[in-house]
Amino acid sequence: MDPQIEVLDLGASRLFRVKPGRPSFAAEVAEVWAYRELLFFLVWRDVKLRYKQTVLGALWAILQPFVAMVIFTIIFHRFAGIKAEYHVPYPLFAFAGMLPWLYFASCLTQSSTSIVGNSALVTKVFFPRLIIPLASVVGPLIDFFLAFVVLVGMFLWYGRIPHWHVIVTPFFLALALLTALGVGLWLSALNVRYRDVPYVIPFLTQIWFFATPVVYGLESVPLKWRSIMALNPMTGVIDGFRWAVLGRGVPHYHVFAISAVVSILITISGLWYFKRVERHFADVI
Amino acid sequence: MFAIHAEKLSKEYRIGQLAGGYDTLRESINRGVSRLTHRAPAVSGETVWALKDVSFEVEQGEVLGLIGRNGAGKTTLMRLLGRITEPTSGYADIRGRVGSLLEVGTGFHPELTGRENIFLNAAILGMRRSDVTRRFDDIVEFAEVQKFLDTPVKRYSSGMYVRLAFSVAAHLEPEILLVDEVLAVGDAEFQKRCLGRMESLGRSGRTVIFISHNMPLVARLCSRLVLLEGGELIADGPTEEVIGRYLVSQSGSSAVRTWTAEDAPGTDSVRLRAARVVGETEATTEVVDVSETAGIEIEFEVLREGPEFVPWIDLYNEAGTLVFSALDNDAAWREPRRPGRYATTAWIPPHLLNEGSIVVSLSLKTFAPGRKPIRQAEFDSALAFQVVDRGEAGSSSRGDFAGRMAGTVRPLLRWTTRTEAADGLLVRHDRG
Repeated sequence: MDPQIEVLDLGASRLFRVKPGRPSFAAEVAEVWAYRELLFFLVWRDVKLRYKQTVLGALWAILQPFVAMVIFTIIFHRFAGIKAEYHVPYPLFAFAGMLPWLYFASCLTQSSTSIVGNSALVTKVFFPRLIIPLASVVGPLIDFFLAFVVLVGMFLWYGRIPHWHVIVTPFFLALALLTALGVGLWLSALNVRYRDVPYVIPFLTQIWFFATPVVYGLESVPLKWRSIMALNPMTGVIDGFRWAVLGRGVPHYHVFAISAVVSILITISGLWYFKRVERHFADVI
Repeated sequence: MFAIHAEKLSKEYRIGQLAGGYDTLRESINRGVSRLTHRAPAVSGETVWALKDVSFEVEQGEVLGLIGRNGAGKTTLMRLLGRITEPTSGYADIRGRVGSLLEVGTGFHPELTGRENIFLNAAILGMRRSDVTRRFDDIVEFAEVQKFLDTPVKRYSSGMYVRLAFSVAAHLEPEILLVDEVLAVGDAEFQKRCLGRMESLGRSGRTVIFISHNMPLVARLCSRLVLLEGGELIADGPTEEVIGRYLVSQSGSSAVRTWTAEDAPGTDSVRLRAARVVGETEATTEVVDVSETAGIEIEFEVLREGPEFVPWIDLYNEAGTLVFSALDNDAAWREPRRPGRYATTAWIPPHLLNEGSIVVSLSLKTFAPGRKPIRQAEFDSALAFQVVDRGEAGSSSRGDFAGRMAGTVRPLLRWTTRTEAADGLLVRHDRG
């Protein structure tokens, strides 16, 4: 007998019943928790592969928002005359808006194809499927933090000190993650059945970008339109993130509140849809 | 105590789903529209039961073989037990963690190194990082990839790749291990270690379910088999019995065949009436060990005195190759037989046939001088049986080698060695 193998006492093992129908939500959460190491490894794999296969690696995370900031400053600020808000120079304003936006956009791209992209896993092994879209909204956080370092550098460059309410930044980041997860759940699950999704993404991202105050500020939007714009949860995320990071200025609390509620609704509905179809993933994919 | 208890497990697929059926948005919209307008019929409701009312129980520590043709439902059953997909109806109670090894190297990424893939693969198979760290050296040693740990696996040979993948899974040690026919790959030496590992897992109280088409391998590893056909469980029992059933379903032939007076093949002078495969004790058997004698018994009826009738057998292996032909060369039968019933048995010596299934064709021939023999009564693929090698290590020509011996025959040879050893002690060795 192989001495390496421990003798098993099966009596101590838990009993599980494979049966039709969905497991309870609590059971699902417990399962995701049990597989948290897999979440870590999937994120680690995606990040590692990206940095392994690209020449510039981590530099892309910085280059992308930086170049965008330069272009926005020239075109939207200089040429089109769009003003910065929160009493900061336009480059800082644009950069602070680009960070959460780029995070969100890269989550959309990655999560939408995540289930289909991992079909080899989905059809061969069991693990809570939720882990996959979850991993694709956690991974882009790395890029976000790298770019955040540049934001800190820009603060130093402009000789500014953040306001005390910078401490609520994590709240808006969490809201960005929640929104990305909610949309990602919908898109990843829809993509299993409808392979049109990847074609829709660039289009969707572009429209969404202009519907969100990234190059412009919320103050330039007429008051009565702001609540409607806040139905786009990214409005609250980006305006809130700017307010928290840049300081000085009037926070649009009702915008934050509306966006937060919409974001939660998207996530709940996304979870509902994902849970409804996930048991057929292995059959359909 | 049971490890798995399945009760009427069933899985239904829509035909389209099996053909990789994802829709485009357009199709779905069209469908929705036609449903609204009631003009076109809804989606074709054609479904197929990949698995139907399958019930069985597996005891803790059992190594169970799951056999059946392609499309019989083996993989579907594994996927249900492994929770990859869910049943349409029925249920299965499973005690303990299930590790499914439906494919070698699930989740391996070609760009990552061996070391990285070990951790990734282990996490995918549900192993804790602390366990992987603890077992890391064992995994690497078992796979024999020490030198290439930091090389991306895309540069591995296929053998190395398979060894590493199996090694991770083999060290997973779940309470229940589901293994698809992944052992068919890899070199013989590695296969041997994989089998050894699976046997040890069984002895330590782990339950192993093994899917395979490879009857000799199944016979060696499992004491009990479950046979699926068309999604239904058609046999569950000791290995020999179930292999027999499998042969029947596979070739349409079994170890016994009888003919009634009406359908008996032959002429009005002679007719075949029955045939069977027997073991040394003359009991009918479907499974014969390589190191045992087997007999092919032919029963025929001579209706009237006429020409001579010589029993003739042709044995074919799985590949359809004629292994040998033989005839009853007793001079007594070169004369006309008296009417009556005859039962003749051809005894096949041990250590002749190789592992695998054997199909037997029968005939009774008349030898006319200077002409081709005349077949008086014949029946192709009349019988089938399975040759296995489950003897204790060393009793057959395989010795303690666990791999498959290729070839049409499996003779047990006498080997002699002459040496000029430096110490002059051993000059001749003759095991015989």
